Formats: sequence, structure tokens, C-alpha cells
Amino acid sequence: MADLQRLDDALEQDGGEVREAGPGDAVDGVRATAVARPASADGVAAVLREATAQGLVTLARGAGTALDWGAPPERVDLILDTTGLDRLVEHGAGDLVVVAEAGLPVAALSKSVRAAAQELVVDLPPERLAGGSTVGGALSTGASGPRRLQRGGIRDLVLGATVVLADGTIASSGGKVVKNVAGYDLAKLLTGAYGTLGVVVRAAFRLHPARPDRAFVVATGPLADVAARARDVVASQLAPAAVEIDRPAGSDDAAVAVLLEGTGAAVGQRAAAAAELLGGRVQDEPPAWWAALPGDPAGSVGGSGSAGGQPVETLAKATATLTGVADLLAAARDAEQRYGVGVALRGTAAGVLHAVVTGTPEATASAVGHLRGAAPSPRDGTVTVLRASREVRAALDAWGPVGGLDLMRAVKRQLDPGRRLAPGRFVGGI
Amino acid sequence: MPASMSMTPGGPAALDAVIAELVAELGGEQVITDRQRRRTYECDGLAAYRVVPGVVVLAQDAGDVATAVRACARHGVPFVARGSGTGLSGGALPHAAGALVVMSQMRAIREVDVEGQRAVVDPGVINLQLTAATSPDGYYFAPDPSSQSVCSIGGNVAENSGGAHCLKYGFTTNHVTGLDLVTPGGEQVEIGGKAPDAPGYDLLGALVGSEGTLGIVTAATVRLTRLPQEVRTLLAAFRSMDDAGAATSAIIAAGVIPAAIEMMDALAIEAAEAAVHCNYPAGAGAVLVVELDGPSPDVAGEFDDVVRLCEAAGSFEVRVAADDDERALIWKGRKSAFAAVGRISPDYIVQDGVIPRTALPLVLRQIAELGESAGVRVANVFHAGDGNLHPLVLFDGSVEGAVDRAEAVAGGILDLCLEHGGSITGEHGVGADKAKHMPRMFTADDLDTMQAVRCAFDPDGISNPGKVFPTPRLCGERPGRHQGAHPLAESGVAEVF
Repeated sequence: MADLQRLDDALEQDGGEVREAGPGDAVDGVRATAVARPASADGVAAVLREATAQGLVTLARGAGTALDWGAPPERVDLILDTTGLDRLVEHGAGDLVVVAEAGLPVAALSKSVRAAAQELVVDLPPERLAGGSTVGGALSTGASGPRRLQRGGIRDLVLGATVVLADGTIASSGGKVVKNVAGYDLAKLLTGAYGTLGVVVRAAFRLHPARPDRAFVVATGPLADVAARARDVVASQLAPAAVEIDRPAGSDDAAVAVLLEGTGAAVGQRAAAAAELLGGRVQDEPPAWWAALPGDPAGSVGGSGSAGGQPVETLAKATATLTGVADLLAAARDAEQRYGVGVALRGTAAGVLHAVVTGTPEATASAVGHLRGAAPSPRDGTVTVLRASREVRAALDAWGPVGGLDLMRAVKRQLDPGRRLAPGRFVGGI
Repeated sequence: MPASMSMTPGGPAALDAVIAELVAELGGEQVITDRQRRRTYECDGLAAYRVVPGVVVLAQDAGDVATAVRACARHGVPFVARGSGTGLSGGALPHAAGALVVMSQMRAIREVDVEGQRAVVDPGVINLQLTAATSPDGYYFAPDPSSQSVCSIGGNVAENSGGAHCLKYGFTTNHVTGLDLVTPGGEQVEIGGKAPDAPGYDLLGALVGSEGTLGIVTAATVRLTRLPQEVRTLLAAFRSMDDAGAATSAIIAAGVIPAAIEMMDALAIEAAEAAVHCNYPAGAGAVLVVELDGPSPDVAGEFDDVVRLCEAAGSFEVRVAADDDERALIWKGRKSAFAAVGRISPDYIVQDGVIPRTALPLVLRQIAELGESAGVRVANVFHAGDGNLHPLVLFDGSVEGAVDRAEAVAGGILDLCLEHGGSITGEHGVGADKAKHMPRMFTADDLDTMQAVRCAFDPDGISNPGKVFPTPRLCGERPGRHQGAHPLAESGVAEVF
């Protein structure tokens, strides 16, 4: 059990708070005993030092919009709430760089840099954005959105990060300049690590100038057809900012939506060319599903309440090669027919999609296996389960094959030898 | 350390044992022991550092690499991987009591997947060869360091190479989706692949740019980028560096991201004229080379904006490349600048530092003051768009004290970079040359944490030791890491893990 008084003492300088955890602080059904909300990196370090001294297991939490992604932690004693670290440290508008504390909501960061006609191109799902998803959360979950096609994922935008290790060590890597090869790029290692290596307290990102004009081109058609046309747009010289595919559960059809960004008439010209290539129509606004996770946002996903044998929703991330996206779409339909599940797929034609599988645990496990089989090898495509009920998790291998797992375990051992941070939440039981 | 060791790890006897095993396993053709032949490899592109390697292995495939690394690991002997040897920070500087694993004979482009926009290449493949092989299909490999006609992709991976066009297209790390690695223990591991976002920790992010300290890469899967519909290049001449800097700021502020935006000062222009007769406008105190690429309608609009902004900032002549030949001529002056400096100075140091771009005018004045007060000439060539400076510090090595003065100025420039919140290297790497500067940029805890990651890959510290980090860290120890913790409980759990 956590000694709250001593945790509170550790935060005396920092001015942060410590309280008892309530039922709402449970992580994917795992109850914590205490919540600490420090206000500075030093406060995070002090709390972690004290927590480790007490032998506690800590889990970092931002807004909690993806807290149930990844496997449930084996145990949680202390929730480290990062939302007290919510300063925008620096916006170098002329340098197209922003430095922010981990607890700053991405929406707040976006609003600030928008004033200088700039943006952080992470394209979080609207439901996460509205839920206050933080910089640290977006980084730790390796958020992926439509415009990664051209601008890369969040790992390609992060320039540097400061992390606090389980023993309280504060370590920075990278910097706040776009070009920098001094030392290891630990910010990338922390990206998508689900807080299992350390608690990110600050990060620097590359910004892009917000393009003044945009147009969308949308088309609908049979799965294979849509995939092929999406690929044609990706392979064109139209420099699309995004090419998204949406395949609703149970459908033989899919939609493709292309985003073109730029200035003035040039955007219109490219949109017309893309419309011809796609056999689609040009519109000013994105389709309703743009950037959102597939399935019903309020669906019965999650760790609690799903009785055995009842259909539940499972959220997964599926990757593929450009050509493999078509196979993934076909596999989704096959899986539905074979296993009586629903498989909604949505994401970029660049090969990072989200899937929502609706079915019984056993059928879901079979369907996930089938989707994995769409790629000739794990190097050509993977399916990892992000959010699932306990029953579903018990029925399948949530991560699938992981190349370099021994090295990952070694990295974890080096940075968190006591397994104090979110044990069990990540690949291979890390 | 490996249990099977029968002699002092890393000593001369250990090297002899490694050589004997390598000759037995790989044969004499691939294992160079002759001192004269070994001397060929004594330095990379930074010739100020020279060490004759203890033994040279010419790897033909991943199996050879694993064989060599395993032999080294068995005996605690250090190894260094070398590609084309064009690096400018001594990253491939050999180890006298170690093995140099030469990767340049592994140079097959194994697969070009045009539809999937990926290529799988051996590490010795030359950067520009991949572009040459894929451009008929409309694609290219985006990272384009100045040495691209000779440097290897394995070297690009080790150094996280950039180039003139990385402002828009990113660095090597943004273009690698998979690697085959021989770990420092000699194990062959496949990381990532053609698909993006492999599950687990982003090991690619750690490996790319780790300068050979985490193992040897034996294959890389890289993105192929679609050739732009249109490329337009202009040369704008200015009276002063301040004017050229103002033009750069105006272009960026207008929301334009040029494919490249390069700046040269008067001294660099003088050198380039002497060397390649690029015929840059007379009387220029600075020139900007600006390249825009993308869909034709967009490029046309942006190009007009850029010309207007250059003229507004005081450009007295703007030349637009009418065709590929004229474009090549504009670039010739820029790309030859480093070597060209040899025409106006017997010796020079190529510095590589980064500042926030907006600090450019101030830092350039400070560099000029630094040079003047030391009586040292500094020519400036740099990637203006991203603040990556390449000051060329000129000196005459035959004059007593000149080297020291030049080195002091080169070091002072790095201080300026750090004062302004920049970096000690933007693309040349830390290597042997700048390891000593790392504590000026990072705290002991920062470096210790990076080295902890190194320990995960290379617990015996045999993969390119002496590079990147100023002082090695023993992997069994975690100095300064135990305040308030329960070391026994911690290690107990660690063992269970």
C-alpha cells in the first residue's frame, strides 16, 4: 500500500497534490491506491523516487483517453497524473518548433500554434482530442492519423523529449532544432512505449505551416477497386496530404477520401485531377468519419461489463504495405463470413489502419488471426490489439509476433530494472 | 563478459585469437592482416584521426558479419563497421586492437518494390545508385547528403544522414522502415519491415543515427519517394548575409517549405568560383539557392512568391534555372564548396552545428567576430532552412599555432550553437571527433541514460567503442541511480523479469 503522507512530502517543493485513488482511477479494471499530480518535472522525479523507495508500481496518466490501450497492467499502486504539467514552454514560430509539457492537451497546443498559422500534424481522433488527450499521451501511444502519409507519424515529428525514469533520473535527448544527430534519439524509443520506459514530462515537436486551402475528394466502390484507386492517388504526383480508406463492418464497399492541401487555385486543380483518378467528387469538407476511430465510439469496448460469450468490440491497429492494404480489406470481409464477426477498418492507404472487431471472444480471436494472415509475413503487416475485454485478451495473443523482442526486453531492463512502470502493459509482457 | 574466455579480453592475444578464428572461418581472402593493406583503412573522411585497424574483414553477406562479430564477442575484442568511409566525424575510425568490418562489398539492391514504394538494400549500396535504379519508375531515395555519389546507405543509417533536401523530406530516420541487425553479441535480428509502425519499442528510431554503437546493419528497407512533377531552382544574389537571412525568414514565414534553401557567403563563393567556375553573380556578399518541388500548379505559385520575397529582401539578381543543365550549374557551386575551399586555403576544418534558424543573422555575426579576433578566416556554407551551419575554418598547417587557433574557432562556433539552443552536429555525427563535446550539450544523467540503452544492445561495449560518448559506462553498474531505492529488491525483481 502506498504511504500517501510520504508521497505528499515528496511533493512539498513542487506544490502538487496527492490523494487516495477512487474507483474512477482504475486502469482497465486494475485498482490503484493513490494518485499523485505533480506540477513540474522535478515533482515527477520526486514522486517516482519516493514511489520506487516504497516499492510501488506507477502508471502515468494524461487525460486517460487511451488508458485502456495496451494490456492491463499487472498491478498499479500509484497513478501519476501528468495534467499538472500543462505549460506550453516555447513556441518558436520562426523556427516552426514547439516545446510543451507532457500534460498539455494537444487541442490547447494546436490552438496556440494556430495563431501563427502553424500546426502539429498529429491528427488525433476527434474523440481523443475532445477528451483532452495530452502531448504525453499522444506520444506514448504513438498516435497515427491521416496526414502521416506525407508528414510522417508522431515519431517523425518529435525532435526531443525529457523523461523521468523510475528511479527519478531526469534525462533529455534530442533538442529543439529540426536537424540534430547528437546522441541517441531516445524520443523515438519513448514514442509508442505506453509509459513502460519512463514518464515523458516534456517534448519538442516540429511544426508545419498550416496550408490556407484544402479540398477533399471522395469515392465509394467495391473493396479491391477502392484499394487500387487509393494506391493510384498515392502513386501520383498530386502530393496528397492524406489518402484515407473506410470500410464499415459488413460492407462489400469501401470509401476512399483524399485530402489535398495548398494555396489557392492550385489546390482546386489537383483536386480535379484526383477526382478524375478516383472517379470521385470534390468537396470542401471531410467525410464524417475522417480521422475518427472505426466502430461506435460509445460501443461496448473495454475491460468491464462484457459477459462471456457476448459480442464485444475490440480495437486493434493493423499495418500493411501499400499493396497489402487491399489484402487486409479482403481479409476483413473473409473474417466476417467465416467467423460471424463484424470488422470495421479505417486508416491511411500508407498502411496504418485501425480495426474494430465485433464478436464473441473466440470469434474475435479467430478474426484477428485471420487479419494477421493477410500479410505474407509480420514484416509486411501486423495486427496488434489495443483495447479489448479480459475475455478477448484471454482468447488471443494481443501483440502477435514482435521482431527484436529480446532487445526490447533488454532496453526495459536497463531503463526500468525494477519493473516499476506499467508492468505487463506492453509487448511480451513488458 | 562471455564465459568462454581463456585470456584477457580485448588484449593483443585476444585479437590474435580472433584473427585465427576469422581466417579459419572466412578464409584468407576476406581477412586482411597485412599491415600495408590494413593501413588503407586507417581513417574515414576525417583524416585528422588515423588508427590502423588490428584486422580488416571484408564482409560478403550477413553471415560473414555475424561470424566476425561473434568472434569479437567471444574474445571481448572491439569492432567497427565501415561503409564507404566518407563520414566526417571519425565514426568509422578503426580500433588498433580490434576488427574493422568493411561493408562496401555488400552492395546489392535486393528488391525494388515500386508499387509498395520500398526498396530492400545491402548496406554497401551507394546512396545515389538507389535513386538511379528507381528513377526510371518515377521514384528516388530522398536523403541526399553531399557525398551521395559515394556514401553508402549503411553509413546513412549509422549517421542518420540528411542533405540539402531534408528540410522538406526529412532525414534517413524518416525513410527507414526495416533493418536487419547483427547485434554486438553476434545474433541476427530482423527489426521492422516494409510495413510501417512495427509493434513494440521503436528500435529503428534508436538504431538509425546510433553511429555503429548498437551493432551492424546488414540490410535496410527504405521508403522510395515519388519524383515531384516539377522542380524549380533559383539563385538569388544579395549584398549581405543579413539580407539573405531576411529573405530566408520571409520565405519560411510565408508558409513555403522549399525542397532546399542553401546559403553561401562571399568567401565560400570565391572558393567555388576558383574551383568550378560556377559564375555566380559578381559582387555578391551572399547567395541563396532555393529549390521548390511538387505539383506544377503549386510550384508555379510558390516560385513567384519566393522571387518576390528575395527581391523585397534586397536581392540584386535572381537567376532561374531554365533546364536541368542550368540547375546543375547552380548546384555545382554549392555542392563543390567544401572541396573548393582547398583552392583558397591549404587546410580547413569543416564544422557542423545547428542553431534555431531565426538566430542565423546574430550567430553569423558572432562567427565573424570570433574569426576576426583569432585572425582566422571562416567561410560559411549552410542549409539555411533548418539552421544547419557548415562553417569552413581556414588555416595553414605549416604556420606554427595555426591549427590550434583554427580548432579554437571551430570549438567556439559549437559554443555559439549551444548558447542559442542548437546542437553540436546536424548531420556529420558525433563520432570520435565530438564525443568530448557531448557533456556540453547533455547532462551526465542524459548521457548515462543513452548509455543504458547502449548497454541493452552491447553489454560488453565492443561495438564501435570510443565514439559518441566521452566516457564508457560499465553496464553492470548504475552509478548515481539508487537514491532512495531498494537495490536488493530491485535487482531481485530484475532477475525474475
